[in-house]
Amino acid sequence: MATSVAVPTAEKKPARRRGGADEGGKAFNRLAATCVTLFALIWLVPFLWALITSLRPNDEIAAHPTTPWSNNWNLDAYRFAWNSSPLGWWYVNSFIISTLTVLFTVFVCSLAAFGLVHLNFRGKYAVFGLILAGLMLPTEALVLPQFMEFRALGLLGTYWAVILPSVALPVAVFVFHSFMKAIPVSLIEAARLDGAGWWRIYSRIAMPLSRPAISAVAILTFITSWNAFLWPLLVLTQTKSQTIPVGLSSLVGGAAIQYAETMASAVLGILPLLAVFLLLQRQIVQGVANTGIK
Amino acid sequence: MTATALPLPATEVGTKDRPESTRRAPRGENRAGWLFATPFLAFYIAFLIGPVLIGLVISLFNTTTVRAGLGEWAGLSNYADVLSNGDFWASMWHSVLFTLLTTPLLVLLPLAFAILVSRISRNQWFFRLAFFAPYVVPSAAVCLIFAFMYTPETGLITNAFGWFGLTAPDFFGSTSGAWFAVVLLTLWWTFGFNFILYTAAIQEISEEVYEAAKMDGASPWQQIRLITVPLLRPTMGLVLILQVLSSLKVFDQIYILLAGGPAYSTRPVIQYIFDTGFSSYRGGYAAAATMVYFVILVLVSAAWFLLRRRSNSANA
Repeated sequence: MATSVAVPTAEKKPARRRGGADEGGKAFNRLAATCVTLFALIWLVPFLWALITSLRPNDEIAAHPTTPWSNNWNLDAYRFAWNSSPLGWWYVNSFIISTLTVLFTVFVCSLAAFGLVHLNFRGKYAVFGLILAGLMLPTEALVLPQFMEFRALGLLGTYWAVILPSVALPVAVFVFHSFMKAIPVSLIEAARLDGAGWWRIYSRIAMPLSRPAISAVAILTFITSWNAFLWPLLVLTQTKSQTIPVGLSSLVGGAAIQYAETMASAVLGILPLLAVFLLLQRQIVQGVANTGIK
Repeated sequence: MTATALPLPATEVGTKDRPESTRRAPRGENRAGWLFATPFLAFYIAFLIGPVLIGLVISLFNTTTVRAGLGEWAGLSNYADVLSNGDFWASMWHSVLFTLLTTPLLVLLPLAFAILVSRISRNQWFFRLAFFAPYVVPSAAVCLIFAFMYTPETGLITNAFGWFGLTAPDFFGSTSGAWFAVVLLTLWWTFGFNFILYTAAIQEISEEVYEAAKMDGASPWQQIRLITVPLLRPTMGLVLILQVLSSLKVFDQIYILLAGGPAYSTRPVIQYIFDTGFSSYRGGYAAAATMVYFVILVLVSAAWFLLRRRSNSANA
C-alpha cells in the first residue's frame, strides 16, 4: 500500500470522474486543467503586480517598468502612503459604517422574515408582495432624490446618511425567509405551550437556528457596504470622514511618478477585505451562491 | 398534532391558492406580526419608496440642488427637456453599449470556466480564490491598479500588446481604447461572481447522470453539450438578467478610471444624472432623468420576471 501512495500524483488521477476506458476523457480533463490553471494565474497578475510595484523604489520602476524583480525591496512606499493620506481615518470610517450596517440589516430583516414566516397577521401578503417588488427597485438610480431627502433631514456628512438607506434589504429578508421556513412548526408550537412570547421564540429559537443565514447576510452586507462608492461619495464630503473606496478614488490620476506609493495605497485598500475573504472563503462563496439563486 | 392552530410555514406565500380571508388571524398574533414587520417597513418606506416619490415630485419643479425648497412649478417640461436632450440619450447609449459589450463575455466565459473547473477534482479552492478574490476589492483599488497597468509606454498591459506584436490602443485618449480598458477591468473584477453562481449550479447536478452517459460512451464534449449546458439553462437566465441589470447601472469604473472621458464619450447615465444634478445643480431636470432611467430599469426586471413566470408555468 505504501508504494501506491508514493506514486507521482500525475499517474494517479482521482477516480471521481473517470469512466471505464475513456482515454479521451482523461486527455480532455488534462487539457481543461492546463487551460484553466493558466487563466487563473493570469487572474492573479494584477494583485501580484500591485504588490511587487509597491515594494520597489520609484526610480527603478521608471527605468525598468516591466521587470518583476528588484534589487532593493523596501517598505518606504507604505510609510509614505500612510502618512500622506488619512488612510487610518478611512479604515475607521469604513469599519464603523459597515459594522453598523450589518447589525441593523441582520436585525431588521430577520425580524420581518420571522413575522412573515411564523405569524399570521392581516395584510401579511400585501407586505410580502411589497418586499418582493423591492427586489426590482434599482436603488442606485435614486441617489439624487435620496440626496435631497437626507439634506432635508440634515443628515448629510454623517455616518447615518450612509447606513440608513441600506438597512431595508429585500434580498436579506428572502434569505432569512427560506431558512426560517425550514424550522419545524412543532418546535415553535411547543415553545408557545410553554408560555414563550413571540420575541423569545424569535431570539432563542429562530435566530440560533438561522445561523447560516445570519452569516451569509452579514458577510455579503459587509462586503457591499465596505465597497459602496457612489452614495458615500455624495454624502461624505470631508476628506477625514470618507470611506476607503471614496478616499482611494481621489488618488487615481494623481501624481504620475509616485507609482510605488499609489500601488501601496491600493494594496492597503485591498488588504482588509482580502483578509476577510481568505478567512471566510467557504462561507462567502456559499453565501453568494445562495443569495444569487434565490 | 394540533399544528393547524399555528400558522403553517409560509411555503406557498405569494401564490393565489390561499387567500388570507380563509384563515382569521388571532388578535395577539396580528399585533405581534405587525410589530415584527414594522421596523423593516419603516426603513423601506422612508428610504426606498420615499426617494421614488420625492424624485417624482421634484421632477415636476424647477428645483435647484444648491437651495432648499422646491422652486417653481414646471409641469412636464423637465421630462420634455430630458427626452429631447442629445446628451441624455448619448449617456443612455453608453450604458447600453457597456451592457452589450460586457454581458456576452460575463455570461459565457464564466460558464465555460466553471464547467472546465468542475472536471478537475483537485485544488478547487485555488480557482475559487483566483477568480472570486477580485470581487471583494473596492472599485477604486481596482481602478488604481488598472490605471497603472494601462499607463502609456510603461504600463504592463500596454507592454503586453507589444509581446504579441500588437500596438496597444490609447486607453485614455481614444474612445475605443477607453471602452477596451473599462470592459477588460470589469471582466477581471466581476468574473468571479458569475463563476460562483455557475459552480454552485453545477454541483447540484447529480453524478449519476454523468456516470450513465459514460456507460453509453459519451465523450467529455458530448457530456458538456448534452447534459451540463442544458441543465444550466435556468442559471444562465438568472446570470443574464443579473448581469444586464448591473451593467446598466455601471458608474464606478467609468467615473473613476476615465471620468466619462475622453470628452464624455463613455459617460454612463448615472454620471449624467450626477453631473446635471450636482455640478450644474439642476435638481428638477436631473430628477426627471432619474425617473426615466428608473422606469427603464424596472421595466427590464419586470419583463424578466414575467418571462420567467410564463416559462415556469409552461414547464409545470
